[in-house]
Amino acid sequence: MRIGVVTFPGSLDDRDAQRAVRIAGAEPVALWHGDRELQGVDAIVLPGGFSYGDYLRAGAIAAVSPIMSEVREAAERGMPVLGICNGFQVLVEAHLLPGGLIRNANQQFVRRDQGLRVENADTAWTRDFATGEEIVIPLKNADGGYTADAETLRRIEGEGLVAFRYTGVNPNGSVNDIAGLRNERGNVVGLMPHPEHAVEPGFGPDTSRRMRSGVDGLRFFSSVIGAVAAV
Amino acid sequence: MPTIVVEIMPKAELLDPQGKAVTGALARLGHAEFSEVRIGKRIELTVDGPVTEELRAAVERLAQELLSNAVIEDVVAITFPEPALDGAGAQGVR
Repeated sequence: MRIGVVTFPGSLDDRDAQRAVRIAGAEPVALWHGDRELQGVDAIVLPGGFSYGDYLRAGAIAAVSPIMSEVREAAERGMPVLGICNGFQVLVEAHLLPGGLIRNANQQFVRRDQGLRVENADTAWTRDFATGEEIVIPLKNADGGYTADAETLRRIEGEGLVAFRYTGVNPNGSVNDIAGLRNERGNVVGLMPHPEHAVEPGFGPDTSRRMRSGVDGLRFFSSVIGAVAAV
Repeated sequence: MPTIVVEIMPKAELLDPQGKAVTGALARLGHAEFSEVRIGKRIELTVDGPVTEELRAAVERLAQELLSNAVIEDVVAITFPEPALDGAGAQGVR
């Protein structure tokens, strides 16, 4: 199984995403923003970072890069696409997910191990979780405040498109504590926190059992491997 | 060369953290009379040639599609250069 990870100028977590794919048991494939070629991958990760230096708006310029027209077409065909942090910003700017992301309400960059509740396990990237399950993965961003107009918000909530909600504290002022979304079909998922940083014991968030042993992020990647195998 | 100016503001109902920080800085300078500051963007598009009707339409579309994000921002003005008789390039607001 081949999972593509797109590198934009300014991507930071592309190598971490590739590593997560490898640890989960799939083959990572490096994709380049300027190409129009998906190299036959089965799923795509848009990684975190500051693509194009967050110029104009976070994710705005990456959303119109050459590879994104291919990603959009693949997503519309049903290929699993995961946007992490800046990748989530790219997905909303590309209109593959609704709403928008603005500067954190406290005006500061936030880095913390963040509690999340899985609100919807019926997606290609969350099928190995249980709906309602609580997980902890790292969060680190400046522009993570999720927002949408009242009508869009009603639709998102009404159609069960919220994939993850913050638990404990709302770190960035996101409306309804929204941390991540899915599309109607469940193949496209975006979230601000970083599952790829919680995939290997010794390098993840602290747990009650042992320091840095949290690997809740791994199931994002095992989920998509299962989803692709099931097609 | 003609320059088209696109002005964009964060939506009024959304928190503008930059503006909020500047409001605080103004207050520290003794100017608490400014109850709110909001910060937007001014984008200048210089054109290599005449500003045609097609170009105007393209700018109006691109202002919505790329230069702003309608979820979080409003395009508050697009100013096209007026073709002045004396060639001085007076500005007209549209």
